[in-house]
Amino acid sequence: MENRTEILVVGTHEDILKTVLRLLNAETSWHAVGVLGCEEAIAKCKAHTYAIVLLGGGLTEPEEAKLKTEIKLIHPAIHIIPHYGGGSGLLYAEIHGALGTTN
Amino acid sequence: MAQIVLHTAASRGGADHGWLKSYHTFSFASYYNPERVNFGALRVLNDDAVDGGRGFGEHPHDNMEIISIPLSGSLEHKDSMGNIGTIEPGEIQVMSAGTGIYHTEYNKNKDQTVKFLQIWVFPNKRNVEPRYDQVKIDTPEKPNTLVQILSPNPDDAGVWIHQDAWFNLGKLEKGSHVDYSLQKKGNGAYIFVLAGDIEINGQALSTRDGFGIWDTDNFTIQAASDAEFLIMDVPMEF
Repeated sequence: MENRTEILVVGTHEDILKTVLRLLNAETSWHAVGVLGCEEAIAKCKAHTYAIVLLGGGLTEPEEAKLKTEIKLIHPAIHIIPHYGGGSGLLYAEIHGALGTTN
Repeated sequence: MAQIVLHTAASRGGADHGWLKSYHTFSFASYYNPERVNFGALRVLNDDAVDGGRGFGEHPHDNMEIISIPLSGSLEHKDSMGNIGTIEPGEIQVMSAGTGIYHTEYNKNKDQTVKFLQIWVFPNKRNVEPRYDQVKIDTPEKPNTLVQILSPNPDDAGVWIHQDAWFNLGKLEKGSHVDYSLQKKGNGAYIFVLAGDIEINGQALSTRDGFGIWDTDNFTIQAASDAEFLIMDVPMEF
C-alpha cells in the first residue's frame, strides 16, 4: 500500500513484540515490522527507510544509546522513541506524537 | 506563580465497548488529543467500569508503573509472575512492568459492575525487574485528613513505585479544608475528584473533574460539599 508510515519495533520479548506489531498493523496507514535485538535493528535500518523506530522494553541503556547513535547516522531524520506500556493503550499516542499527526 | 490546568469530567475521552465503559483523562487507545497526553510523569488516568464476569484478557506491559484503585466491586488480577489477587475498595494494587509482564484483569463478580481507576506513571528507571503488590489503605486517624496510599519508599505507607511520586486520598466534610504541600521541588499535583464538590485556588471542581497545579509549594483544598478526591504528586520533569 502506498503512503503507509513505516515503523520498526525493536524488542527483546518475542510475545510482546508480536502483540505490539499486531496492534500497529491494525492501523491501515501504518506498516510495522519487528526485530529482536540491536544488531538486527541496525541491519534493517541500513536496508530500509523507516519513519519511526520504537524501542521496546528490555534493551539496556548502552544498547539504546548505541541504537540511537548508529540509526541516526544512517537516517538523521528518523524518529526514535521509547515505547511504554506494553501492547496496550499508549501505542497510538506514541506514534501520533512522534509524527505530529492526529487521528 | 502557580500554573494550573483544568480537565473537566465532560472533556475526557470516552470508550464504550459494551462490557467496558472507560473515560480517559489523557490520550489512551483510540482517544488521542495532543493537548492531553500527560501531566508530568502521570501518563494515564482511566476511569473504568467493567460488567460482571468480564475483563481484560491476557495482555503485556513493559516499562510502566501501573496502579489500580477499586471504587466498587472486586477486580481479579493474574500475571505471568504467578501472582493471583483480588482487590476491593479500600485496597490499592501496583505493578511495575519493567522488562515485561503479562496479566489479566477480570471482574470477580458475575452480577456486579466493578469500577476502578487505572493510573500509569512513567518510571524513573527503565527495565526494572517486574513486581506486583497490593495493600490495604489505612483508615484516617482523624476526619478531614489525607491518607497516603503510594510513595517511592518501600517502608512508607501504601504501595511504592519506581518514581518520585506520592498519592493521597482525601475525604472532606462540607465546609472543611486541607492544606497540601508538594513533596519534592519540581513536582506538581494532579487532583481527581472522586465525588462531591471542592475548590482549589478559586477553581470549583465537581465529580470526576481533574485539576493540575505546579510551580507552587502548597495549596488548599476546600470542600463545598462532602467530597472525596485523589491527589497525585508527580515530577513534572522526569
